[in-house]
Amino acid sequence: MTTQAEIAPGVLQVTDRKSARAFVDTHIVPYADAYDRQGRVPEELLERMTAAGLWAPFLPRDTGGGGMDLVTLGEVHEEVGRGCSSVRSLLTVHTMVSWAVQRWGSPAQREQWVPALGRGDVLAAFCLSEPGAGSDASGIASNVVEKNGGWVLNGVKKWITNGQRADLFLVFARTATSIGAFLVPRDTPGVEVTPIEDVLGTRASMIAEISFRDVALGPDALLGPSGFTAGMVLTGTLDLGRYSVATGSVGIIQAALEACAAYASRRTVGGSLLKDLPLIQAKLSDMVTDARAARLLVAEAGRLKDAGEASTIMATWVAKYFASTAAARHASEAVQIHGANGCGHDYPVARLYRDAKVMEIIEGSNEIQRITIAGQAEREII
Amino acid sequence: MSANAKEQILDFVRARYPQAEIDETQDIFALGFVNSLFAMELVMFIEKTFEVTIPNDELKIDNFRSAETMSELVDRLSPARV
Ligand SMILES: Cc1cc2nc3c(=O)[nH]c(=O)nc-3n(C[C@H](O)[C@H](O)[C@H](O)COP(=O)(O)OP(=O)(O)OC[C@H]3O[C@@H](n4cnc5c(N)ncnc54)[C@H](O)[C@@H]3O)c2cc1C
Repeated sequence: MTTQAEIAPGVLQVTDRKSARAFVDTHIVPYADAYDRQGRVPEELLERMTAAGLWAPFLPRDTGGGGMDLVTLGEVHEEVGRGCSSVRSLLTVHTMVSWAVQRWGSPAQREQWVPALGRGDVLAAFCLSEPGAGSDASGIASNVVEKNGGWVLNGVKKWITNGQRADLFLVFARTATSIGAFLVPRDTPGVEVTPIEDVLGTRASMIAEISFRDVALGPDALLGPSGFTAGMVLTGTLDLGRYSVATGSVGIIQAALEACAAYASRRTVGGSLLKDLPLIQAKLSDMVTDARAARLLVAEAGRLKDAGEASTIMATWVAKYFASTAAARHASEAVQIHGANGCGHDYPVARLYRDAKVMEIIEGSNEIQRITIAGQAEREII
Repeated sequence: MSANAKEQILDFVRARYPQAEIDETQDIFALGFVNSLFAMELVMFIEKTFEVTIPNDELKIDNFRSAETMSELVDRLSPARV
């Protein structure tokens, strides 16, 4: 009889927050600053994540997945985000693509990709942004034309998380009538990956620019419907990505809080521990409160997803807006509480500060979130 | 069943767009407020409320134009009821 090795003390698989916490504390927290400096997540951790079943545990059991509900998935992503936003970013984009193939794929596409995505044998990246278009997805210039019963793709995608490492790209491109989503294996001729180094935050998330030159794709490359509902592939996929980023932002607040609580209990100024100074206490109390509030908003969005409620989409916007702005605020205060130590390499808060800023830009920037939330404000009249 | 479905769909659309005057045959796309967010919500609402799964080949704009066409879609996708 073979027994599966423990991936962390007492943990065989990541199945919930507790096992995720143990995995993250063992394999991610001690190394996150090193990943940040090296600008990449090592293969060894990616393999451990595969062994832990972390890549897409929400996929249905009949596809080899774990059937994890989305509230629990959010808790797992929060824990990973507490340890390292770069690793959480890899999970986010992989989650988005895995979900999209499961939700919108034909039986053949699902059979080809879902089990491998679920195991983590194939890692995926989400390719929407371009040098000339980010917030406004309708401004993308990448295009496909139908040829010989298949498709030919041309264009450039920029800021692609895990673009350096991913095996499969979900690429959004203009068709004759709308925007379509296309599954493009990395090794397809005409695909060229150029690493983007030295970004402000999530520095280890292996970001790349990817160009597609006359990339010939089969008819089965198109994911989901074309026409008006093609936009839904994008909306649904971004919704899940936004949810994951919201959970990761809660993880940043929690990490800031834990770092500050520990530091403030040791550091003295003028004979007092920092934690006894009223101005520092005010900052810590706001971190505690916002961590709880953000976690509840995220959990509510997850609960609505599990229930299949349409209102999850707005709930996710609100959760991501609250959590990402709170993360940026508290990561900044965390640096402040650490003083000069907050600016150096010996404490994680400088990384949290840089990572938190990114959360306000990706998966719908702050401005886009506010526009969207305000646009639906009349729904809140109860 | 479909009269009821029509009403439920109309209630959902009206709740989202209280300013619009919509009846069951009104082309909601012609009103110009359907974006991909609302389209996704509409699909989720129909799947959840009527316990159906809308396959890709039914995700056509004509199926979603009005409460009437949406309730016809629901009828097509629902198992026969007694
Ligand atoms: C670390 C990192 C990882 C990323 N990973 C991915 C990835 O994996 N895949 C992917 O496709 N993309 C990725 N992106 C790109 C990201 O999705 C875009 O940066 C984001 O959508 C914003 O687009 P933009 O940068 O082009 O900004 P723009 O759209 O050019 O916006 C510039 C500024 O104007 C604001 N703005 C835009 N529209 C309005 C408006 N109507 N009113 C007021 N203000 C407005 C924006 O909020 C922003 O502040 C990543 C970006 C970063 C930084």
